[in-house]
Amino acid sequence: MNKWEDNKAWFMVIPVFLVVAISAIIPLMTVVNYSLQDIFGPNQRVFVGLEWYKDALTDPRLHAALKRQLMFSSLVLLIEIPLGILIALMMPKKGWGASLSLVLVALPLLIPWNVIGTIWIIFMRPDIGLLGAAINGFGIPFDHTASGLDAWITVMMMEVWHWTPLVVLLAYAGLQAIQEAYFQAARIDGASGWAIFRYIQLPKLRGVLTIAVLLRFMDSFLIYAEPFVLTGGGPGNSTTFLSIYLVKLAVGQFDLGPAAAFSIIYFLIALLFCWLFYQVLLKIGTGDKS
Amino acid sequence: MARIELNNIAHSYIANPRSDADYALRKMDHIWEDGHAYALLGPSGCGKTTLLNIISGLVKPSEGKVLFDGKDVSALLPQERNIAQVFQFPVIYDTMTVFDNLAFPLRNRNVPAAEIQERVKEVSEMLELDNVLHKRAANLSADAKQKISLGRGLVRSDVAAILFDEPLTVIDPHLKLMLRRKLKQIHTRFKLTMVYVTHDQLEALTFADQVVVMNEGQVLQIGSPQELFESPQHTFVGYFIGSPGMNFIPCQMDNGNARIANLKIHVGASSKNLKGDFELGIRPEFLKLRKKQENDTLPVTISEVEDMGTSKIVTVNLADHTLKVKVEENREITFDEGFLEFPPEWIRIYADGDLVETGMEKSPDTLELTE
Amino acid sequence: MAMVIENVTKLVGKDCHIQDISLQFEPGTFNILLGHTLSGKTSLMRLMAGLDRPTKGRILMNGKDLTGISVRKRDVAMVYQQFINYPSMTVYKNIASPLRLAKVAEKEIDHRVREVAEVLRIDALLDRFPNELSGGQQQRTAIARALVKDTELLLLDEPLVNLDYKLREELRIEMRDIFKRRQSIVVYATTEPLEALTLGGNTAVLYEGHLEQFGSTIDVYQSPQSTRIAQAFSDPAMNFVNGRIDSGTLRLGDTKPAPLQHHLQELAPGSYQFGMRPNHLHLQRTSPEDIEFQTTIDLAEISGSETYIHIIHNGHNWTVQQQGIHAYQMGKQIYAYIDPTQLYVFDLDGHRVVSPEHDSAELT
Repeated sequence: MNKWEDNKAWFMVIPVFLVVAISAIIPLMTVVNYSLQDIFGPNQRVFVGLEWYKDALTDPRLHAALKRQLMFSSLVLLIEIPLGILIALMMPKKGWGASLSLVLVALPLLIPWNVIGTIWIIFMRPDIGLLGAAINGFGIPFDHTASGLDAWITVMMMEVWHWTPLVVLLAYAGLQAIQEAYFQAARIDGASGWAIFRYIQLPKLRGVLTIAVLLRFMDSFLIYAEPFVLTGGGPGNSTTFLSIYLVKLAVGQFDLGPAAAFSIIYFLIALLFCWLFYQVLLKIGTGDKS
Repeated sequence: MARIELNNIAHSYIANPRSDADYALRKMDHIWEDGHAYALLGPSGCGKTTLLNIISGLVKPSEGKVLFDGKDVSALLPQERNIAQVFQFPVIYDTMTVFDNLAFPLRNRNVPAAEIQERVKEVSEMLELDNVLHKRAANLSADAKQKISLGRGLVRSDVAAILFDEPLTVIDPHLKLMLRRKLKQIHTRFKLTMVYVTHDQLEALTFADQVVVMNEGQVLQIGSPQELFESPQHTFVGYFIGSPGMNFIPCQMDNGNARIANLKIHVGASSKNLKGDFELGIRPEFLKLRKKQENDTLPVTISEVEDMGTSKIVTVNLADHTLKVKVEENREITFDEGFLEFPPEWIRIYADGDLVETGMEKSPDTLELTE
Repeated sequence: MAMVIENVTKLVGKDCHIQDISLQFEPGTFNILLGHTLSGKTSLMRLMAGLDRPTKGRILMNGKDLTGISVRKRDVAMVYQQFINYPSMTVYKNIASPLRLAKVAEKEIDHRVREVAEVLRIDALLDRFPNELSGGQQQRTAIARALVKDTELLLLDEPLVNLDYKLREELRIEMRDIFKRRQSIVVYATTEPLEALTLGGNTAVLYEGHLEQFGSTIDVYQSPQSTRIAQAFSDPAMNFVNGRIDSGTLRLGDTKPAPLQHHLQELAPGSYQFGMRPNHLHLQRTSPEDIEFQTTIDLAEISGSETYIHIIHNGHNWTVQQQGIHAYQMGKQIYAYIDPTQLYVFDLDGHRVVSPEHDSAELT
């Protein structure tokens, strides 16, 4: 391309570049730097090469945390995406009911993350919590601070309660964008409600659902605040997800080098999964069967 | 196949309509004969889509009844009326192949697989979709998709009528002709009752045996293309059909003559009983521009000549009124005064916009080749 | 002083959108860019407006090189296919907006807005918002906004294409009269031959990024330099048949030989392509000299006052344009006739050899 008089436009973009550089690239490079050294104190560093990476990759606790993490993210997607679509399908399409249900659905999204953890601690307490006490009242022993399974159930419920609304909003917007003629044509073709969902609504939602899956995967894969507040990773290590383990390593034990290497691996895993999801979702629904 | 009867149908989107203006469709009666092709023609907002949706059942009319073969279907949903509809933009099932798209309405009705195979084959051959049957429908061009939408109506053997809502809107101009031809062929072959909504006169007049011209929620005329052209029942029809539209001049009728200022136009004995203020209408194609004064010519001044390639449109002034005259392409027009002849057989007289039935004999048949 | 487009080429990636076009537009002229979709009309307009920069070549206005000057610094207005108005402004404010940006005095703005609104017959709608208007009124508003500031260059890119045909018909005639009085260079892109003929002025025919012919609209219509131009500038498209001229006779396809007359007399023996306008083909004999073809009726299409009969002759698809409304049966055998004096003659490469004679009597 030739030079164009309106090159001024580039100057406008420079601040954004600077922000990105300061907020993302420079810290990332620092972490890369840390991950290659053994740090004893402010001025005592030894270059160790890929030693920390080897350690991290062979660390059984990390493996366990990764498995837990994948399990958690899969469950999140399996529950939140269908549930979100279902709720979106049931919401009124127009009128005051539409606005009201939108506000109600969006409520959990407006609450700070650590507050959510606190709410659920109280909510699930076996002695005074509304739900916790109720479950125990039915004679089912339930205590998220004592049982690993109960802790999982609690974290899952909290996560679903908190984030399904995001999927609902996306799916709702996607459904609203489908032109009325599609439904009319399908009714004329004699399609059942299920067929309308399967052949019109679901294909038309592909775009927004791709975004929903990516967002929910990334968010749940990197989850920290809520389980930290609720269970602190316990009981035992049963809800110690990758990020919680990482923080324990870095802050709790002040192992900066291994923690940095771990961060990089963590980051790469998240990136890899996002890319995989994106590719798969992009392929679905395109290309000929023939 | 069905004969569709509209019985005192009217529709308003307002709960308690008070005046005519509150009606999207004013009270009308019409019978759509089995196996005929109809077009609903009018400018946007004239109520043609409302009328179509009343027939299909997508809109429940606020007044009146819809009968299919004598059976009241007013309360039935579109799918219960056995109609098919093609929309403005193609509606296809993205994830399915062309075959599955065409088979979809049959599968929903539990038609046996062998019959589905046979029907889809027949329809896809007719629509020239047989070589893309196993392609995914989403990857095809707009015209192929629109053919699929049509095909989903054609595969059903029980279909009472096929309705079209401006189906060629998103089709490339050079492909429109092919689709218009296809529609015509399909109508000739299947003899289906078809109703086609459009604002394009070429589409309407080409497609239909009978064209329903609408404006402001009102049906103004139902007739063959030739009737619409030669005897518009309303001044709006005269204006809307034909390019340029019909000329209209206010006049006083008296003893079979139309008076315009101090000029007199002979209309004919059939209009002898008319007296008072009327409008005289005549098409630009039927006016004759003469160089010399002859019997029954009126002096006019020529204000403009547009060469349209295949013909010339001459704008003339006749006693403060402007008229358009269409003349052949090679005719030389000089800008002095001319003389205009109003052939009485092509003069139409209107009162408050409506054609006055003058008991005129049938229009002379200028068209030797008409079949 | 004029706008000069000098050997302009525009490449986008490997695609050539405009191929070495040179054109000159004089002030106060009405110029039409005629061509099919993707023939380069919009690309050329964008280059003229300064929205894009040519890959090669220069664009001069009044002798000054404008190439590379951004659109904001040029004196240009543009109207698009879509009805583009500011949705949150009334019609009045929409029309006034270019003047407000140019910091024209409020009194002067008021005067000019009302004047242009009257010309476009939207003076009663000045307090409305665009979404309260019909499509035709919205486009009138957009045109008014382009007209209100007397720009040197006014570009209109298929402004009527999204309107009902009846509105299109009316606006076309109005536009021609509005532009007659202006000193700007008006450039108007369209795909419709009829639109070009109604608007008059000059016409540049574009084909796949090439300039095919430029001249007064009626000249281009009557003497197309190539089969391509004849195709683009004919609606329905021109009909073609190959033929031979041998020792004083003309033979079109497998028809009977006919004597050479009029403009055909000077033709050297050999093979040619003959073009026949749809309105020159007839379904009954009009003179004894007419050449007769055996054809099959494909489809008869009816516009308001004309019938287009699509016929097939030896595998060629032809169209006959007939005045009045007629019904024909598909598949029927029928004879078509052409008067040889109406034949357009091209060589086998598609270049013009000779066109039918026309009355040169100018209408003044």
